[in-house]
Amino acid sequence: MMKSFVFAFKQAIPVFFPYLFIGIAFGVLMDEAGYTAGWSFLSGIFIYAGSMQIVLVSLLTAGASLGTIAVMTFFVNARHIFYGIAFIEKFKKMGRKYPYMIVTLTDEVYSIFCSIDYPDEVDVRKTDFYITLILHLVWILSCLAGALFGQLIPYDLAGIEFSATAFFITVCMNQWQSMDSHLPAITGLISALAFYFILGPSQFILPALAVSVLVLIVVRSRWLNDQKKNRGLELEAGLTEQAEEISYEY
Amino acid sequence: MSINWINTLEALLVVALVTILTRSLPFLFFGGKKELPDTISYLGTVLPAAIMIILVVFCLRNIGLTAYPFGLPELLSVAVVIIVHRLRKNVFLSISAGTGLYMVLTRTLFMTGC
Repeated sequence: MMKSFVFAFKQAIPVFFPYLFIGIAFGVLMDEAGYTAGWSFLSGIFIYAGSMQIVLVSLLTAGASLGTIAVMTFFVNARHIFYGIAFIEKFKKMGRKYPYMIVTLTDEVYSIFCSIDYPDEVDVRKTDFYITLILHLVWILSCLAGALFGQLIPYDLAGIEFSATAFFITVCMNQWQSMDSHLPAITGLISALAFYFILGPSQFILPALAVSVLVLIVVRSRWLNDQKKNRGLELEAGLTEQAEEISYEY
Repeated sequence: MSINWINTLEALLVVALVTILTRSLPFLFFGGKKELPDTISYLGTVLPAAIMIILVVFCLRNIGLTAYPFGLPELLSVAVVIIVHRLRKNVFLSISAGTGLYMVLTRTLFMTGC
């Protein structure tokens, strides 16, 4: 159990920085808008979505209607619809924790699960749960800390939010190395850039995700071929190495 | 400023519920089935690589490419993350190097306003 916890903690550390920064920023905004720390605390527990919580502050101060808030939330978080697809089987094995794993699947938790490589001695299910729980707690505490002490922080932490971007880049690179085919990554990149330049920064993500899904379904046979070819190449490479070794001996 | 706590609570609940809905949708559709449809389990394998790259672009979406500093602090820091990660394969080091550079660049060479 200890081993799983230590491993989970290590996997979670890279996300501490963006969580602390965004959580504190949210707490400070809530405090400045006149909401007591309890509200930041509740938001951290039950919403647990960084960018949406920050949008919420402006919706609250603007006195937006519940309908507007619902639609806004849906569009800000709609990318999450695509996240669960990869983890349906994984989470189903979690028993009573199944619903908790689903509702806490943030961008950051998702990216950890995307690139995690479990050593033999850890319990996969426990590790997944610990990662989720540790990060949820870090998030709640960050929101609370921002509301209570945010004004007292003497350092200007602006820019530390880049750590989330940096973390996502490392996940992309690890995936790039572990996948036989780069078709999915290239599809994502091209559709993201294309829609970014056509639709602009605030509207590109959903079309980019949707088109990627469609393209990947269309190229499925090509992907299966790539898989086979790579397996074949590995086999061939293995054989040539053996042949070379043999020839060196002579 | 006085705050109507019932309105606030309602707003908070709506945001929480809609967020939960977006995260639950794939599980609501496919979680009940004994076996995943082929296409969905295929998407589960290939989609993460596409999504992560889209997420990186999403994080960088607000950089202004057309006006000074032309997104240079972000793009240079991204380059450093890639190079450091390529060389050392240490997630923590890559993040620290990139974020450190970003914080220095935005405070010195590419300081804007404020």
